[in-house]
Amino acid sequence: MAISEQQVRHVAMLARLGLTDEQVASLGTELNDILAQVDKISALDLTGVEPTAHAVPVTNVTRPDVVRPGLSRDDALLNAPEQQDGAFLIPKFGA
Amino acid sequence: MTFDLSSLTVTGIREGLAAREFSAVELAESAYARIDALDADVHAFNSLSRDLASEAARAVDALVAAGGELPPLAGVPVAFKDNMNLRGTTTTCSSRILEGYRSVYDCTAVRRMLDAGALPVGKCNMDEFAFGSSTENSAFGPTHNPWDLDRVPGGSSGGSAAAIAAGEVVLSLGSDTGGSIRQPGALTGTVAMKPTYGRVSRYGCVAFASSLDQIGPFSKTVEECAQTMNVICGKDPMDATSLERPAEDFTAGLRGGVKGLRVGIVRDLLDLEGCDPRVRRSVLDAADTLAGLGAEVGDVDLPSTQYGLPAYYIIGPAEASSNLARFDGIRYGHRAKDADDVLDLYLRSRAEGFGPESIRRIMIGTYALSAGYYDAYYGQAQKVRTLIIRDFERAFADFDVLLTPTSPTTAFKIGEKAADPVSMYLSDVYTIPVNLAGIPAVSVPCGSVDGLPVGLQIMGSHFAESTILRAAYAVEQACGFDPVPPLVKALAGGRGTTAS
Repeated sequence: MAISEQQVRHVAMLARLGLTDEQVASLGTELNDILAQVDKISALDLTGVEPTAHAVPVTNVTRPDVVRPGLSRDDALLNAPEQQDGAFLIPKFGA
Repeated sequence: MTFDLSSLTVTGIREGLAAREFSAVELAESAYARIDALDADVHAFNSLSRDLASEAARAVDALVAAGGELPPLAGVPVAFKDNMNLRGTTTTCSSRILEGYRSVYDCTAVRRMLDAGALPVGKCNMDEFAFGSSTENSAFGPTHNPWDLDRVPGGSSGGSAAAIAAGEVVLSLGSDTGGSIRQPGALTGTVAMKPTYGRVSRYGCVAFASSLDQIGPFSKTVEECAQTMNVICGKDPMDATSLERPAEDFTAGLRGGVKGLRVGIVRDLLDLEGCDPRVRRSVLDAADTLAGLGAEVGDVDLPSTQYGLPAYYIIGPAEASSNLARFDGIRYGHRAKDADDVLDLYLRSRAEGFGPESIRRIMIGTYALSAGYYDAYYGQAQKVRTLIIRDFERAFADFDVLLTPTSPTTAFKIGEKAADPVSMYLSDVYTIPVNLAGIPAVSVPCGSVDGLPVGLQIMGSHFAESTILRAAYAVEQACGFDPVPPLVKALAGGRGTTAS
């Protein structure tokens, strides 16, 4: 399955990556090279084979629902690129 | 008192401290002296934590002075891959998007090492977000292999591996998603283990592919690998995938020998085109060595592992694209200047912050998970994963451990594979199936080719770490590989390796 330039742009938007035209062009070629390797498995007939999401079967691991301290506000904001009044500052929504 | 850090082991340090031959403060100083002498050339480290190391060293020395029982890693200089959080350090994943990020909590495996008395010397270079097999994908420049500075140390935990080979620290931790501990272990002549998925908590290690990632140790010797495993393994309430297991002493059976051990040479993987015949020879010699020691050596095939690489290059990026969605320029990390609105902020912060390989993998993963392609790619890859697990189950019915090379070649030249992602990916062809199956494997040096180390990969079934370590110990003792590179030997004869 070859990936088109339009698809590269669509996927980049899904991934929230603002790529340059040069990046779109080179990624098109690189992704097609990688997907050519991957097509080896797309062609396999795996009807009836169960998928594996996790190699070690553990399900529904829970711990007691006990309130305990989380990150302090100071720690949460320690790496904030911009902050104001103890909150993260972001630009407006929608241009 | 003078000593050479590269000749000291965990046990030697413990005994030396107890006998007052040297202090923990001197051990920390000697690690930094070695780093001062070598790291401008090797670049194993992204950052150093001198204050944390001296504080830990003083605590150990106080314990020695008080005549207290020393914890298992007392005074051992250690380093951590730069994707593991530790308060008081930066955790960058060798990415511009996390440059300067200050940890606000501790990774559990790191905390366990420090609680065991280890001295945190610094954080090690890596391929950005662990995407790579050479450490060339670091935003802060490549790490150089101490065996030949023109060559890569492997990756993605290349800094953690090089720091051991260079004798800058005695133990280090890396993370392994498709071979990122074992392959650099092989290329730097160090002992490197990926434990069973769930043995070691992943809490506090920045996620790449959550169903594959596992933290594990680098060391010069198999015994030290086992000693480190004793410290880092165990259930952690902060990681729901970490497993409750009875306490196990991984050092207990090391010297038990391999008489009667059923050893399978994975013939179809060994015969892959692209495997250096001299690497192949070295692995077969190691198998002969084990046979000579009484192991029952036979051949086995793992036919589905030929699909391991393509399955991994869907599953890994798919999970990564999801995990890396958190880097958005809002709460931490790089933020683009003067964004028009929130969408513009996301688009530009991420495009500016991520390097080329990260962008490539996010794109593959997003594509594979996008509407219309999920079944053909991700669904299919998960089914291949099942086939690979079945192959291993069949093989472990007949064999206790399986052997392959860790990587098809010895260390390659910096720049040699950088322009060709697909050729770089082949470097992990032997290690990837292990992550897909969640089993443990160790890389142990089994010889060298043209002065470069060769790694033997020993794989076992789930929770069979003690068995593979016993086999690794037998290989180590029999083959007599010298883990100290000439560069370090030359230095040990001169300046920079002695304290006080």
